[in-house]
Amino acid sequence: MTRMFLALIAGGLFGAGLFISGMTDTSKVQGWLDVFGNWDPTLAFVMGGAIIPMAIAWLLTNGRKPIVGGEFPAPPEPKLGRNLVLGSILFGIGWGLAGLCPGPAVASLSYGGWPHWVFFAAMLAGMVLAPLARAQLDSAVPAE
Amino acid sequence: MLNTIPTDWLYGLGGGLLIGLGGAVFLLGNGRVMGASGILGGLVDGSGKSNMAERLAFLAGVFLMPVLLYPMFSDVDTHATTNIAVLIAAGLCVGVGTRLANGCTSGHGVCGISRLSLRGIVATVFYIMAGGLTVVLFRHLLGVI
Repeated sequence: MTRMFLALIAGGLFGAGLFISGMTDTSKVQGWLDVFGNWDPTLAFVMGGAIIPMAIAWLLTNGRKPIVGGEFPAPPEPKLGRNLVLGSILFGIGWGLAGLCPGPAVASLSYGGWPHWVFFAAMLAGMVLAPLARAQLDSAVPAE
Repeated sequence: MLNTIPTDWLYGLGGGLLIGLGGAVFLLGNGRVMGASGILGGLVDGSGKSNMAERLAFLAGVFLMPVLLYPMFSDVDTHATTNIAVLIAAGLCVGVGTRLANGCTSGHGVCGISRLSLRGIVATVFYIMAGGLTVVLFRHLLGVI
């Protein structure tokens, strides 16, 4: 039960932060990416603001356990594979096209209108297809 | 001094702090990395069966807080495109790409960079560059978005 409650609180803070920061406004996201247009630096403030508490949280994991028990996630292997690079490029293309990424896509569903539902449905479809895309890539050129 | 800083930047910073706080609660409380694409993706591709309820509770929070906040703010507009082809193409790219890369702006960006993860930093560099080039190409050269 504590686990569900904390997940709801974490999600609520995340959703509130996305709403207040303006990151569900696609014009602000595209404005940040548009370095040759009317560049909007807001996203840098959002990222900077988010990284501060998160960096403190990572420091606090030292020598502790999560409140609900278990272990903290181990540091990822510093391996830079093809999937990381190709996936990030593909994600960036979609992010630039619509100005939405997964978190804001969920946060904006209630007030963004039908375009957000179309994007959200297509994104979920992409997530369902992703294992297939990964398998195709691996059979074409084995990873690493 | 405060009135020389654009309000949007202050809202950005404040909202950013809340986002990071959410990530901190999820990490220190549940021992989990707050990555929106991973939490959603695990629900739809079946890889997250073991902690379905936790994922749903998190997503409920993300969805519901803006419902509560929306009436308190005026002139909230997301300026989303109404070009269905663009929306579908963009959604597919974001869905496949974030799952292939194992993370998005929250997982790689916020949670990865804050622990100085090389993967998180590299992913962020690539998606920002790709996003920037996409906007330049589709807005300034093709005039589609």
